Amino acid sequence: MENGFLYQAMIYLSAAIVCVPIAKKLGMGSVLGYLLAGMIIGPFVLGFIGEEGEDILHFAEFGVVMMLFLIGLELEPAKLWSMRSMIGKVGLSQVVLTTLLLLLVLKVLGLPWKQALAISCSLALSSTAIVLQSLGEKNLLNSAAGKNSFAVLLMQDIAVIPILALLPLLAMDSEMVPEAALHSPISQFSALVQTSFVFGAVIFIVVSGRYLLVPLLRLVAKTRLRELFVGSALLIIVGIAFLMEMVGLSPALGAFLGGVVLANSEFKHELESDLEPFKGLLLGLFFIAVGASINFGLIGENFLVLVAATLSLLLLKSTLLFGIGKYNKLGTDQNLIFSLGLSQVGEFAFVTFSFASQLSILDASTTEFLMAITALSMACTPILLLINEKWILPRVGTRERESREQDSIHENNKVILAGFSHYGSTVGRFLRANGVQATILDFDSDRVDLLRKMGFEVYYGDATRVDLLEMAGAKNAIIFISAIEDPDTNIRLIGLLRKHFPHLELMMRAQNRADAFEMMEMDVQHIYRQHLESAVRMGRDVLIKLGFRAFTVQRLAQNFINYDEEALKELIKVKDDKKAYISTIRRTISMQEELLSSELHRRFSLNDHAWDASVIKEGLKEQKEKDNS
Amino acid sequence: MKNILVVMAHPKFEHSRIIKGMVNEIQEMPNVTIRDLYELYPDFNVKVQPEQEFLLLADLLIWMHPVYWYSAPALLKQWIDLVLEFNWAYGPRGNYLKGKLVFSAISTGGTDAAYTTNGKHGHDLADFLLPFRQTAALCGMKYLPPFHIGGTHEIEPQKIKQEALLLKSLLDSLSQTGDHSKVNLLPKLNHFNP
Repeated sequence: MENGFLYQAMIYLSAAIVCVPIAKKLGMGSVLGYLLAGMIIGPFVLGFIGEEGEDILHFAEFGVVMMLFLIGLELEPAKLWSMRSMIGKVGLSQVVLTTLLLLLVLKVLGLPWKQALAISCSLALSSTAIVLQSLGEKNLLNSAAGKNSFAVLLMQDIAVIPILALLPLLAMDSEMVPEAALHSPISQFSALVQTSFVFGAVIFIVVSGRYLLVPLLRLVAKTRLRELFVGSALLIIVGIAFLMEMVGLSPALGAFLGGVVLANSEFKHELESDLEPFKGLLLGLFFIAVGASINFGLIGENFLVLVAATLSLLLLKSTLLFGIGKYNKLGTDQNLIFSLGLSQVGEFAFVTFSFASQLSILDASTTEFLMAITALSMACTPILLLINEKWILPRVGTRERESREQDSIHENNKVILAGFSHYGSTVGRFLRANGVQATILDFDSDRVDLLRKMGFEVYYGDATRVDLLEMAGAKNAIIFISAIEDPDTNIRLIGLLRKHFPHLELMMRAQNRADAFEMMEMDVQHIYRQHLESAVRMGRDVLIKLGFRAFTVQRLAQNFINYDEEALKELIKVKDDKKAYISTIRRTISMQEELLSSELHRRFSLNDHAWDASVIKEGLKEQKEKDNS
Repeated sequence: MKNILVVMAHPKFEHSRIIKGMVNEIQEMPNVTIRDLYELYPDFNVKVQPEQEFLLLADLLIWMHPVYWYSAPALLKQWIDLVLEFNWAYGPRGNYLKGKLVFSAISTGGTDAAYTTNGKHGHDLADFLLPFRQTAALCGMKYLPPFHIGGTHEIEPQKIKQEALLLKSLLDSLSQTGDHSKVNLLPKLNHFNP
């Protein structure tokens, strides 16, 4: 029972639900909250979970893979290309210099060089999960510190390939290398074949992204089953991760590549919002597992040594990072975020340490010790960032305002248009013909594709999701047009927009009188019944064909529409009284009939005698009779 | 304090200089109401009842418009056709406008010199305004001389401003109760001296 899935899920979820909000409330960010939750339920405090924490860790690392896929989605190939010098300069110098420095220190401490090299390579890497999650929560990803951090993390992911290749070479005795420890299924091939496999896999991802995944997603989107779409999104990532592991590449790196390939597709935003919750949960699980894996027993025994080692490692790494940041002209405050943020040892070290121990490069106690340092350093990062934010940054210089880059959706458009059906496209075309660009959201991938070919900026996604609305710039827009046909969607949309973006002026399409009525009850000011104008226009033309004068009928049509809308407003006042409602509808109908027929018989309505000589004749006759009497 | 109703018609107000200049100067006055006809009735479907209500409350009416082909823009004519109803504005029982003051505040492309017997247009400006004068007369209103800004194609911005300020002080003066018969003797209200 205790090891059952439900029991474990309950423990993890409730720990997260208790700890994360508290941590957030205290301004510590969710990462620290998850880590604390992990420590508390871990084997050394409450003991709810035991050794299986390690397995969970491996499983939850998938959250990191997903995170990099999502980051890739945000980074179009052109953007990535423009980052190339940063990745090369900042990233490479961090990996190489940190490794060399650590190697030197460990050598001085008296370790054999093979061990020292294996350890320093692993310690040089940082935690993608912790850094990106922490920076993302503070909205720092687009700042200079965020961009440089990302460049370093990306380079580190690339560096994983040679490191994994290097470790077997460091084994004390090559015959001791157990078959199982070989890191990938293709290692038995020669180096040349392996390399070609690696390149083949990368090329496969790039090509299939464009010619296989996008058509696949299009096909799935056509079924309009959202869970199927989510499923395909997960399949893409799992598939990429599997492929990468096959050829011995980092799954995260592969997922990142897959994301970049899909960044230009119409499914970008849909994928983002579908995968976001999975990523969040898995990352949370990952952090909990890290917290649970901290061996407090070991820490208790070697407390001083461990703390000293961890702190000096953090100091070494961050000092070097600060130097690199300085050399690349980062401002002091950004540089502090950059260097403190990346100072921990990453989750990848768990993999390399256990690999190295399997290869007998490291003995068991050293591995334990190093893993404890890794976990401790990870736990320190959110605390360091917090100290930096609260006490250091306010003292050094002014904080650079993060340069928020524009999303590919035009965040500055004043108008958002949801639904690009015939109705919506007519509105959109009219606006565009007059120089007004609207941000367009649509749910139908076929239509999105077609309209894009015609040069429209249409984005694919469900307009009733707040995150999508936010991405579409609902905060900066002034007017929100819903040209969506489905009345239920519209009603939901109204509630949502009112709650999250109350400043938006709503202009809603309504299918019919009943729809419009419901929207009026929600106090929507601008409602457009889709058939009203066109139907009246048709009726007008019929009358003209039957011999009525065009201008007269034109005025009748306008009055009819005005009257119709006024009548609906009257109805709304008596909505609560069911009986009155029915009779009012009847009254409205009869009033409309009366209005029309009286206009036709008397040539114009009771109040409108324009150009109508008969009234004047009558009046004058009346006057004459009065004079005569 | 008298109520002033400005019935303003300019089919392309956004490009207007003279009419907009006058509107800008007077729109903040507490006793001035401006009815922007082309904004209110883009479909030419002038609503009679609200317009008559505004008229009823006004002591002074101003028809403000550019002069096109010696007359008002089409929508102002539409307004006159529809709003000034038989037995409301004129006719045996049409006495709701009786005694109110009215004048035209207009802009013309031609200069004052063009609007003379020997000028380009061959007649005085007042001659062209005859339909408005007689419309007012039929409704029992007193039609004052026009407020006129001519030569609109080459007029300087400061001149527009100066004339608009003059209109404002004119309205200030006409807002006060008292004898305004003197302005009636002026050839144009622009000669009014505050």
